[in-house]
Amino acid sequence: MMETMTKTPLKDNSTEDIQYKLIAENISASYDGIVAVKNVSMKFRDKAVTALIGPSGCGKTTFLRCLNRMHELTKNATLTGRVLLDGEDLYSNKVDPIINRRKIGMVFQKPNPFPTMSIYDNVACGLKLNGVKDKKIIDEVVEGCLKMASLWNEVKGDLKKPGMSLSGGQQQRLCIARALAIQPEVLLMDEPASALDPIATQKIEEMIQELKKEYTIIIVTHNMQQATRVSDYTGFMYLGDLVEFGETKQIFENPRNEITAKYVQGQFG
Amino acid sequence: MITVEQRTEFRKHFRYNVGRRLILDKAVKCIVFLCVVVAVVPLVAILVNVFSNGAAALSWNFLTEIPGAVGSNDLGGIGPAIQGTLVLIGLSSLIGVPVGIMGGIFLSEYGNNRYGRTVRFFNDVLAEFPTIVIGVFTFILIVLTVGTFSVWAGSFALSIVMLPIVMRTTEESLKLVPVTYREAGYALGIRRWRVVFTIVLSGAKSGLVTGILLSVARIAGETAPLVFTILGSSQFIQGLNGPIDALPLRIWRLSSLPYDSSVTQGWGAAFVLIILVLSINIGVRYLFLRRKGQTILKFKRLGSMS
Repeated sequence: MMETMTKTPLKDNSTEDIQYKLIAENISASYDGIVAVKNVSMKFRDKAVTALIGPSGCGKTTFLRCLNRMHELTKNATLTGRVLLDGEDLYSNKVDPIINRRKIGMVFQKPNPFPTMSIYDNVACGLKLNGVKDKKIIDEVVEGCLKMASLWNEVKGDLKKPGMSLSGGQQQRLCIARALAIQPEVLLMDEPASALDPIATQKIEEMIQELKKEYTIIIVTHNMQQATRVSDYTGFMYLGDLVEFGETKQIFENPRNEITAKYVQGQFG
Repeated sequence: MITVEQRTEFRKHFRYNVGRRLILDKAVKCIVFLCVVVAVVPLVAILVNVFSNGAAALSWNFLTEIPGAVGSNDLGGIGPAIQGTLVLIGLSSLIGVPVGIMGGIFLSEYGNNRYGRTVRFFNDVLAEFPTIVIGVFTFILIVLTVGTFSVWAGSFALSIVMLPIVMRTTEESLKLVPVTYREAGYALGIRRWRVVFTIVLSGAKSGLVTGILLSVARIAGETAPLVFTILGSSQFIQGLNGPIDALPLRIWRLSSLPYDSSVTQGWGAAFVLIILVLSINIGVRYLFLRRKGQTILKFKRLGSMS
C-alpha cells in the first residue's frame, strides 16, 4: 500500500484565486533520523479554518510545528522547504524566528499554563516578556483575550489565582487566551480538545468559529466529527504524505483518494 | 486474540496466597520503618548530646562577648565566631550562588554537548574534593599572594565548596521543568534566555532554594578550608582584609583546650551552629517557598493528568 501511496500525485482540490495567508512549500521534516513529513505543500486561506487529519504518527503535528519554526527546537531535527507568511519566507536567514512566532500563535495538545503564574500573568506574560510596559494596555489585552477565549466570565473575579487552579478545559482556554494576547495573525492548534470533556470541547469549537473571523486557523485533530464541525478545508495526511487536500465537505463526502475514503469512513486509523 | 480457555489458563499462574503476601507487605513496611528509626536515632542523639553538654554554657553573654584569655576565669563568649560565620555565609553565597545558578543554567539549557559534558564531569569531581585541598589552594593563591589571612580568602574557599552543589542541583531542578512550558514560552515569541530566566527558573524555584540551602548548611560547618584562610580571631570583624573567627573553628579550638569549662563552651558553640543553620534553612524556605509548596504538587497533578 505504501508503494501506491507515495506515487499518488498531490492533489490540491481547493479553489484557486483566493487569498492565502500562509503557504508551505515542499516541507520535509525529520527528527532523530525518522522522516516524519515528506515533501508536503499546502496553502492556507486567510480567515478560514484548515483541519489536518490522519492516523497517529502521520506527521500532522510535526508539519504544524514546521509552520512556526518550533520543529527546529526539537533535538536532531532537520527540515527542508519554505513557509511563506504573506509572501515572506519564514526560513530565510534574514528573518528572526522570534518575530514570526509572535505572528503565529500556537496552542498545544495538553493545557500548559505557566505553573508559577496567576491567570492574569499567564495571559499578560507574552506581552510583558516581549517588552510591553503600559499597564493599561496589558489590562485591556488580558480582558479582551479572556473574553475571546470565552473564559472571562468564569475567572474575572479571581485573576490573581494561579493558572493551574483552573479545570483542564479552563486551562486550555487560558492557553488560547495566552496565545491570542501576542496578537498573532495565524493560530496553530495541535489537538486542542483531545484532553477535554465534550462540554469543554464544544466551548472551544464555538470559540474557533468566532476566532475564524479574524484569524487564519490551522487545527490538527484526531476527531473527524470535529474536523467537519469546525473546518472549511481539510488535509488528510498518511505516513508523512499529504494525500488529499480540499474543502472539508468534499473530503468527507466525496473523497477522491481511496485511502482518504477509507480513513474518513473509519475503516482504519 | 486470547481465547476464554487461554485466559482461564493464564489466571491459574497468578499467585493467590493472599495471607503470605499480606505478611510480606507488613514486613516491608516494618523494615522501612526500622531503617528510618536507625537513621533518626543518631540524629536525635547528636542533638540531645550537644544540647545537654553545651546548655550550661549558653547565656546572652556567651552569644555576644569576645572570648576570654585562655585559662583565665573570664571565659567570655563566641560573639566574633557567630558574626564571622554569618559574614562568611553571606559573602560566600554572594559569590557562589549566582555563579552556581548560571553554571547550572548552562549545563541544563546549553550543556548538551561535549563542552557541557566536560564541565559537568569536572564539576562532579570538584564536589567530591577534600575541602582541605581547597583550603590549601586558597592559601597559596590568595593568602600568600596578598600576605594576610582574610575574610575574602575564607569566602573564596567556601564559595568553591558551595559552587558544585549549587550548580548540580540547579541543573537537575531545571531539567525537571517539563519541556511543554519552554515550548509554550517559545511559541509566544519569547527569547530563549528570557524563557529560561522567567518561566523555567521560576518553575524550578523550590529545587533551587533547596540546593542553595544544602550548600549553605555545608559551608556553615566547614572547618578545614578556614584554618588556612581566615586563621581565627578573638575580636569582632576588623574589616574584610583581616582575619576573622568562625563557629566551626571556634568549636575546634575550644574543644581541644584542656579545660572542662572550655569544652562545655565548645558544645555550646556547636549547639549555636546547629540552631543557626536550622534557622537560616527555615527562614529562607518561609520567605521563598510560602506559596511554592503548591507548585511542586501542581507539577505532579499535571503529570497524572496525561
